[in-house]
Amino acid sequence: MSELRELYQQVILDHNRKPHNFGPLDTANRHQEGFNPLCGDHLHVYLLLTDVGVIDDIHFDGSGCAISKASASLMTQLLKGKTADEARARFEGFHAMVTSDTDAPVDLEAAGKLAVFAGVREFPMRVKCATLAWHTMKSALEGEATDPITTE
Amino acid sequence: MTPALQRERDIVPEVQPAPFDVDTVRRDFPILGRAVRDRALVYLDNAATTQKPRSVIDAMDRYYEEENSNIHRGVHLLSQQATFTYERARGRIAKFVNATEGAEIVFCRGTTEAVNLVAHGYARPRVGAGDEILVTHMEHHSNIVPWQMLCQETGATLTVAPITDEGELDLSGFADKLSSRTRLVAVTHASNVLGTVNPIRRLCDLAHEFDIPVLVDGAQGAPHLAVDVQALDCDFYAFSGHKLFAPTGIGALWGRRELLEAMSPYEGGGSMIQSVSFEAIIFAELPNKFEAGTPNIAGAIGLAAAVDYLNGLGMERIAAYEDELLDYATERLLSVEGLRLFGTATEKVAVLAFALQDAHPHDIGTILDTEGVALRTGHHCAQPLMQRFGVPAMARASFAFYNTRHEVDVLVSSLAKVKEILG
Repeated sequence: MSELRELYQQVILDHNRKPHNFGPLDTANRHQEGFNPLCGDHLHVYLLLTDVGVIDDIHFDGSGCAISKASASLMTQLLKGKTADEARARFEGFHAMVTSDTDAPVDLEAAGKLAVFAGVREFPMRVKCATLAWHTMKSALEGEATDPITTE
Repeated sequence: MTPALQRERDIVPEVQPAPFDVDTVRRDFPILGRAVRDRALVYLDNAATTQKPRSVIDAMDRYYEEENSNIHRGVHLLSQQATFTYERARGRIAKFVNATEGAEIVFCRGTTEAVNLVAHGYARPRVGAGDEILVTHMEHHSNIVPWQMLCQETGATLTVAPITDEGELDLSGFADKLSSRTRLVAVTHASNVLGTVNPIRRLCDLAHEFDIPVLVDGAQGAPHLAVDVQALDCDFYAFSGHKLFAPTGIGALWGRRELLEAMSPYEGGGSMIQSVSFEAIIFAELPNKFEAGTPNIAGAIGLAAAVDYLNGLGMERIAAYEDELLDYATERLLSVEGLRLFGTATEKVAVLAFALQDAHPHDIGTILDTEGVALRTGHHCAQPLMQRFGVPAMARASFAFYNTRHEVDVLVSSLAKVKEILG
């Protein structure tokens, strides 16, 4: 039960219920679709990227589980105003945390608000849920083809 | 009846019906005694794969410990024994589906390979542009994708018989789709999501009016229903061992002799030939024509042991027990506020797909897992069916005869926890 509470922390449940920056972004100049065929999670990430590589605005929408929605919501909050390089670095750190060994200490300072996702480590099948939005964001930044990206 | 099958009938004793005692039955399945996350395992993912009784595990161990060798080749004793055991397994499986002879049973990896075998060996040479293959809206991907690929290659069209909101096949819609252009009907015996049991005999009667052969996907039918391919009057029946309390990697295709004989081999290799020169090949007789290479011998032996086990319990008794369990589970689940059932057909096997308020099935699955309850969440390899019901995914509890009312109660109380956590 404690593992479960660790996974479904209040912050995650709140973001799931009332996701931030949810809905299309009319001003977006980057868009990517993300899909997890295994569980049917499906989302879009919209970015407004300035000429100097700053994420001026970021939105998402779509359907998914509590973990994937909360992760997308928190991501948009954290990345607004960050540079593309900062966003990529943040993703690397996040990815390393959720895939790290359950005994490994979590660098709370580095993780910041994302530390709430440390509980995902106990549920390896849910890592894909937590990272779907981030993979999609990274792909949107790179302005890759509009084919949906998947976490499969 | 072949002499081999006649012998089978003589060997297998008639089992006297006795009351179905689920506690005794559960002791036959070693895994059911294990704990999951410090809870008793409540295994409700039987439509994905079933657990194996001790007799199946022992039969395979015995083969490896006492008889392991290659079949249909050696003159040595072990090879003779292994060949006998393998062919004897085929005979028992033929009898299980009431085939007229063992040669009509082709061993394959599972339902998926069996469907692909029919797609390549039967349909491909007989299907061209303008022809149609008819499936239903409730098919598993394994009974959709091989036909889509065939249609792409040949210019044929995949047509889809509609289903009702209750999850039943729309019979008049099905009949409307049949035409002189239809080359094959591929339909599931029972839906892996909705649990719906299709009226196979009626569908076959309708299709046969146009001389259209019918392939039945029996992956979910064989574990729950007494299968009689002659009474169903179908033309092909495909099923998987691992959903039938047998190991993974083994399954069978039953086909009418005249259809199998008219079919081209699916794969080339050893065992499937009578003679080979660089100028010509003569293919082996049925069923070896379709079994290129060394087969999954231990798997076939395991599958036959599973069939023996099921015969011992009696498929009719299994079905009756499961019907009661399904009624109980349906009633209990419907008592959960905010729960929506998908699939409320009159004729069902014990499969219950559901949604719970706004909870995503994946979250339901994780929370139930911490209560020891194993069930499946996702699209269940039936994305067109998800689209039909307008949801990306469902949670699914699927039962076997070793499940109990108590386990249904655990499922229901665990759903309360889902609500508590996700609010």
